[in-house]
Amino acid sequence: MTITINRNDHPLPDDPRTTLLDFLREDLGLTGTKKGCDHGQCGACTVLMNGKRVLSCLQLAATVRGAVTTIEGIANGEDLHPMQIAFLEHDAYQCGYCTPGQIMSGIACVAEGHAGSDREVAEWMAGNLCRCAAYGQIRAAVRACAALRSETAE
Amino acid sequence: MSAPVLRRNGTPTASGRWIAGGTTLVDLMKLGIETPSELVDLGPRKEALSAIEETAEGATLGALATMAEAERHPLIRSGYPAIHLALAMAASPQIREMATLGDNILQRTRCTWFRDGRSPCNKRRPGSGCSGVGGDEAMAILGASEHCMATYAGDFAVALVMLDAELTVETSSGTTRRLPVSALHRLPAATPAIETTLDPGDLIVAIHVPPPNWTGETYVKLRDRASYAFASASAAVALRLEGPIVAEARVALGGLATVPWRCRATEAWLVGRALSVATALEAGRACLTDAVCGAGQDHRAQLGIRAVAKALLDAAHVGQRDTE
Repeated sequence: MTITINRNDHPLPDDPRTTLLDFLREDLGLTGTKKGCDHGQCGACTVLMNGKRVLSCLQLAATVRGAVTTIEGIANGEDLHPMQIAFLEHDAYQCGYCTPGQIMSGIACVAEGHAGSDREVAEWMAGNLCRCAAYGQIRAAVRACAALRSETAE
Repeated sequence: MSAPVLRRNGTPTASGRWIAGGTTLVDLMKLGIETPSELVDLGPRKEALSAIEETAEGATLGALATMAEAERHPLIRSGYPAIHLALAMAASPQIREMATLGDNILQRTRCTWFRDGRSPCNKRRPGSGCSGVGGDEAMAILGASEHCMATYAGDFAVALVMLDAELTVETSSGTTRRLPVSALHRLPAATPAIETTLDPGDLIVAIHVPPPNWTGETYVKLRDRASYAFASASAAVALRLEGPIVAEARVALGGLATVPWRCRATEAWLVGRALSVATALEAGRACLTDAVCGAGQDHRAQLGIRAVAKALLDAAHVGQRDTE
């Protein structure tokens, strides 16, 4: 059995209790995904599984079904993902610790079609806490990325 | 604690657990509250047990469908608004993508004393006592006993109980049985550690919701913050109005009781009445008549009354608009 992270296959960890989060950070050295509360309450560990956002701290690595994408897997070489660019342009962070989770959640939020208004983004980004309270800039970045995406699609 | 054995087929023993989304189980394993000897991964059954479809008896939802899959399903969105709202306002988008419907129905209490792993708790360590009794924490004000006053925290099951939904349960011997959702969660009474009527190895495989025959239905959830919070109080309501008069009513409460709490006496009281703000508030008060509020908890009964009243008025408004 293997697990696919950012298009690379890896053998499963031996201990079935290993969370996807610890597997990423401790076994694979992919430390972009952050450990905040480790109990599914803060969203800092958000990654994509088959394109859907999940909390890697509550996901056992051995029960992952499908491909995992982390913050390390969204840029195309030196070209940042549009959501990364939007976060830079809107200064959507202070300390930056929640930012990888916010960006992964933001990508899913836009893909789901939940970025139509500030209020909608606030509701659908509610699983990602920011203790610096950069929420206004985060909402602006997610909405800008959604607008860019719909322009590109037209 | 030794590592549990992970298997991908078979049935867990009494000391083992099924694992689907894992959002409750993995959390409680980290807290040392769940210490399963083995985990049986339901991932291989995901495709077979996650269909959501319209049937002759209403809607059937596979128990391994995620909360997010059910929330965005057109059948649930268009035909079952109370269920849709209960799912949409539960947890966070990430947790809804992970947790299955079966997971969510069986989620464990968020009681502080249960979760801290140390305090006396009859649910966690039978016979050790209940740390909630006599305190000022937000405990259950309906359905509690001297042995346990932990609140049932979920939303979805409250809507299911209100709608008379049933479960198909697969037993460890491979047979199936039907179980009303209202008969799943047990009142704590003297044995709070026994939380459901399921036997070891039982698996909820499907949820059946009767066809909607309502002029309006809704789910109102009052929370300490605007999103991503458990209910301080919630109400699931369905109404069939004939003109302005209630012909049939369903009411259930969440966030205030030890189990999803159906209010049958209030339902009977509502029949034959016209819904006004005064009627709706009186119905709300009737739902909370038996509430026992601890020190500093009176406001929670008030929240319950207002959740019911708001849900009734919202459901009546939708009903009138639909029949115009």
